[in-house]
Amino acid sequence: MEALRPLDDAADRVIGVGADDEPAYGAVPSSTGPGPEGRGAHRPGRKRKRGIAFWLAVGWLVVVAVCAVAADWLPLPDPNRPDVLDRLEGFSAEHPLGADPLGRDQLSRIVHGARVSLVVSVSAVSIGLVVGGTIGTAVGYLRGRTERVVMAVVDVIAAFPALILLLAVLAFVGRSLTIISLLIGALSVPIYTRVARANTLSIAQREFVHAAHTLGAKRSRILFREILPNVVPPVAAFALVAMGLVIVVEGSLALLGLSVPPPDPTWGGMIANGKPHLEEAVHVALVPSAAMFLTVLSLNFVGDTLRRSLDVRDSNL
Amino acid sequence: MRLVLRRLPAILATLLIVSFLTFLLTSLLPGDPAVQILGPEAANDAESLAAVREDLRLDDPLLSRYGAWLSDVATGDLGRSYRTGQEVTEAISERLPVTLEVGALAVGIALALAIPLGTLSAFRAGSRLDRAVTGTSFGLLALPSFMVAILLIYVFAVTLGWLPATGWTRLTADPLDNLRHAILPALALAAGEMAVYTRLLRADMITTLQQDSITMARAKGIPTSRILFRHALRPSSFSLMTVVGLQVATIIGGAVIVETLFALPGIGRLLVDSIVQRDLVMVQGVALVIAISFVVINFVVDLLYTLLDPRIRHGSPATA
Amino acid sequence: MSPRSGRRVIHPGPTAKAPLLEVDDLRTTFETPRGTLVAVDGVTLRLEAGQTLGVVGESGSGKTVLARSVLQLVSARNAGIGGSVRLAGRELVGLSAKAMRSVWGVEAAIVFQDPMTSLNATMRIGDQITESLRYHLDMSRNEARTMAVALLRSVGIPEPASRLRAYPHQLSGGMRQRVTIAIALACGPHLLVADEPTTALDVTIQKQILDLLEAQQRERAMGMILITHDLGVVAGRTDRIAVMYAGRVVERAPTRVLFHDRRHPYTEGLLRSIPRMTNPGHSRLQVIPGRPPDLVALPEACAFAPRCRNAQPRCLEERPELVDIGQDHEHACFFPVGTPEGGEALARNVAAGESAAGLPVADDATVDVTTLAPLAPTEVV
Repeated sequence: MEALRPLDDAADRVIGVGADDEPAYGAVPSSTGPGPEGRGAHRPGRKRKRGIAFWLAVGWLVVVAVCAVAADWLPLPDPNRPDVLDRLEGFSAEHPLGADPLGRDQLSRIVHGARVSLVVSVSAVSIGLVVGGTIGTAVGYLRGRTERVVMAVVDVIAAFPALILLLAVLAFVGRSLTIISLLIGALSVPIYTRVARANTLSIAQREFVHAAHTLGAKRSRILFREILPNVVPPVAAFALVAMGLVIVVEGSLALLGLSVPPPDPTWGGMIANGKPHLEEAVHVALVPSAAMFLTVLSLNFVGDTLRRSLDVRDSNL
Repeated sequence: MRLVLRRLPAILATLLIVSFLTFLLTSLLPGDPAVQILGPEAANDAESLAAVREDLRLDDPLLSRYGAWLSDVATGDLGRSYRTGQEVTEAISERLPVTLEVGALAVGIALALAIPLGTLSAFRAGSRLDRAVTGTSFGLLALPSFMVAILLIYVFAVTLGWLPATGWTRLTADPLDNLRHAILPALALAAGEMAVYTRLLRADMITTLQQDSITMARAKGIPTSRILFRHALRPSSFSLMTVVGLQVATIIGGAVIVETLFALPGIGRLLVDSIVQRDLVMVQGVALVIAISFVVINFVVDLLYTLLDPRIRHGSPATA
Repeated sequence: MSPRSGRRVIHPGPTAKAPLLEVDDLRTTFETPRGTLVAVDGVTLRLEAGQTLGVVGESGSGKTVLARSVLQLVSARNAGIGGSVRLAGRELVGLSAKAMRSVWGVEAAIVFQDPMTSLNATMRIGDQITESLRYHLDMSRNEARTMAVALLRSVGIPEPASRLRAYPHQLSGGMRQRVTIAIALACGPHLLVADEPTTALDVTIQKQILDLLEAQQRERAMGMILITHDLGVVAGRTDRIAVMYAGRVVERAPTRVLFHDRRHPYTEGLLRSIPRMTNPGHSRLQVIPGRPPDLVALPEACAFAPRCRNAQPRCLEERPELVDIGQDHEHACFFPVGTPEGGEALARNVAAGESAAGLPVADDATVDVTTLAPLAPTEVV
């Protein structure tokens, strides 16, 4: 961290004293006059202390995960049981989050829909993380021709709108939770490869890796004992943000009617069901939207906070 | 111009690979492609299947098929849909202008908002305005375009009734009505883009504002607005330019959804419709056109880059 | 380098009119995660119109912050400026950026160290020169253009008209610094602050740029502050010199007095580190041991004591203030060089083998500057 460096010339540089990846103060023309009230002035201990927003986000994610896992055991009505009398009902004691166009309980559908979001995002991200992470770390460490070839392929695949590829393939392969997860996972391999390679490159240049080399450690030992433990945390932080992205992609598929076939609930499918009824019952679309928004927001926030505290630079991407 | 020539081989190689991937769609799918194309109901219609096989040269080896397909593509022949009987090129040229208009409008709106917001936010880094802008854009990042679309439809079409929720009028038919139909879809696409652009510009602008050249400009006593927009904006927008190009992929993805939600006759909806109808020839053609536009747009962005940075334009190494 | 000597008066004497620049107890601080960094600590300076003040110190001594503080160009959110800066009688500390706009460029201008970073790489040179002309002097596009050509010619740029359309990277380093000087001079400022204007340039170019600054300063009768880490640079070109260490002025005197009769051990250290033609071929270049101190939480002591050959226990407990010893000469040292106290202090340290701060002190009279003939500024190049 810059702040810990000897300040031998810091004073002459005027600015950049203790600057980190997000400078809270700039050499900004200020008409309010100078003052030590800058946000960046009080940074000590930032690493340990995380704000309440961080814990709220973590809390929400835990709730979603628990719902997804325990949906069947929770005291909720059957998410797929229609009840025409309750059609488009608003918030009530019987249906705390209202009922959808077929009179199905929204709360129950949200809870069960969390399962699809969770399964797709966790499995797709795991595939990307393991495959892309391994390839990226390997080529980032080994360098040479392998790296050039792999990165060229990665660039070409990444140079293609993933959603289009996804749609095109889904159309002809059929759609199930497994296929969707596998496809999204496979399509995200290039980006994980880039992230892992970038982090490996920067870590491979650090002193302790050079030191291990000098001490005659084997390449495999350096890779697994020195580099991998340092590459995993930032890539995992990125994976959290990527999970949010996957949830949105699944939602987009559901909206186009290309995700898990009905009647099984997904958040995207619920939004699609609500769309024609915005006029008479806006809550049908809003409730699943809110659930998805909060989940993606929390993932972004937690991922971003972790990434920043890990001091990941995007410069090698 | 030299730059165009230097980059041309790489561009052509990318296009070749992308076209091959698109072509593979028809070959790697499980089952008989002819059945896939005509649909399961035609599985027993041997005559039609044979006609499709003949037409698409399905019995030829893969590479020679690709060669034949590529030469057709090069002459502008993307085939004919087996579902609608329409020429693929004709369908695309009907739909492409809609997508281009909405997409360009979205990028325009996003930049028009992001440039002043990102600049002011960086200039007043840490202030209440900055925190509001940063917080809002962080929230917008978690708001996918389809949610923005539904919110916009609810507020401006359903509740206020100011703008139509669905449909399209051609620009040449009635420019004003065209805009009324284009504005909500464009806003839905623009929201997320704006957030990405604003955050990026703010970060780069904060770095730029700490440079000596800005202190030097201040020491000239010229107005702040000139320092920000004449001196600081250009050196701060290099990564913004690149990302605007890369985000074209996101916009195309978003266009598929937004065109479906707003019932716009664009190329994204054409793709979705073709997928639902298992119109393989059409899917192939649309995917190819989208991929080519993506590659070309990114190439154009690279060229714009050189307009921003005179050092690249004059072929000297950029040090900043 | 003699042309200036005719004007070099030991002390100009009290004049009726106020000096061009009066800096009083200027203090610039930065709040950092580790505490308050005091970059400029109670600096007081005077500059008469048409005179040149040299500010000398190592990097980290606070001289660059001083330069920017004088012009109110320190605006990091974590910075604070206290004290007083009066330019032609007008108080600048506390002025808003908007109010400063009538000072910047018109009354006072600045030239930075590295023209590559201080010029805007994405703007044509012509635009960078003409913008202040058009804004401050309300010139038309054509008038400003004509003026810019004249300015470029006056700073020695060949074919000035065709250079207007060039970008900074198309010029050499020396040419770029000439351009920044032209920009600074554009609106005819009364005060020019040159912050290490030659440090980033080739040695062969340095003298040209310094000569240019000197010529322009004389021609326009500007007041100039020339900031450098190299006493050799200011030797023949300044009327007075202030030596800075750890954010404070530790010695201040007319140039000739400083070179002949320096009192502060730090000044002496700086003088010893200048290579000189008159030295015997094999004499070692002296360096000041150690590094400048961390400017966060400086103790109440002489900041130079840990590196000082004369340091005594008192230096570690008490901070010396500037004392006036006549001849317009001030220093902040309890045991100054060239005085009986200083001599005794050094002798004690040599005898003990180390200073009060633990710095090893050996008797190396061979390069003791005091034994050399009085040093005329002109000998220093």
